[in-house]
Amino acid sequence: MKKAFSRPQSLLDVPFHYCPGCTHGVAHRLVGEVIDELGIQDNVIGHAPVGCAVFTMDYFDFDMISAAHGRAPAVATGVKRVLPDRVVFTYQGDGDLAAIGTGEFVHAAVRGEKITCIFINNAVYGMTGGQMAPTTLPGQKTKTTPFGRDSVISGYPIKVCEMLTPLDGAAYIARAAVHSPRAIIQAKKAIKKAFQVQMAGLGFSLVEILSTCPTNWGLTPLEAVKWLEENMIPYFPLGEYKVPAAGVI
Amino acid sequence: MARVIFLEERCKGCQLCTAVCPKGIIVMSDSTNGMGYHPASVPEQDKCTGCGICALVCPDMAIVVEREEKAV
Repeated sequence: MKKAFSRPQSLLDVPFHYCPGCTHGVAHRLVGEVIDELGIQDNVIGHAPVGCAVFTMDYFDFDMISAAHGRAPAVATGVKRVLPDRVVFTYQGDGDLAAIGTGEFVHAAVRGEKITCIFINNAVYGMTGGQMAPTTLPGQKTKTTPFGRDSVISGYPIKVCEMLTPLDGAAYIARAAVHSPRAIIQAKKAIKKAFQVQMAGLGFSLVEILSTCPTNWGLTPLEAVKWLEENMIPYFPLGEYKVPAAGVI
Repeated sequence: MARVIFLEERCKGCQLCTAVCPKGIIVMSDSTNGMGYHPASVPEQDKCTGCGICALVCPDMAIVVEREEKAV
């Protein structure tokens, strides 16, 4: 029988270190599948963040660089400018990209750097033990907001896609999720388009992927998927926020 | 003809696949794997249509789907 579904070639055959039910694994697989489909495995350079996904270089079977906390878009900028023929992407979480790395990704977008950011938003700091992240929802309980995030004290969540959309340098901005089979298929399409935008030299591309963190949310994986659907998606609406003109890619 | 192969040593027992299976044939095994999780399994393979939705949502790539090639 023919294998209809198995591990993409761009992913090494090793088990992930992620907690049970963490959708980082799904996002890794989608990136691997897209790289396989575009045939760029020998021509891609990825940038690992600091956070749960810090070990991505152990999983992807292509060149990876580990950047300092939040600085992946800055390192990627350098790599892309020195090696413009390579496909350069960063894989970052919300504690990395949206907190300490806010300056880096915003200015990479402002400059229209031809790189792709895969941004995993799970509304919490995962690796450090579930503290409040910039993307934590109002009222959401975390280790540092045990009574729920109070907007008077802690402000409001950062909406990355909405923030980047007006920038001229940003060519493709989309938000997807990986909580359901349908959402996963759409997320893959968005990731593929982001890479194609970069390969066409159109400018900066970013795909935000809403992801679950069952361990730090204090829920079972199935409850976490439901929580994401009921709470995160209304606050962070899915869809393509900015797309290149029709027919360009 | 189709079948799913669950790589039991890769399964972390998150149960995401059990919720999405259109046939509802994925059950958690009573035994534990090397990591101490109860892995997902399909005792009734003949009911599997090979749709691959379980593999699509599996975060640990513990599911391989095989299908008979269509006659041309």
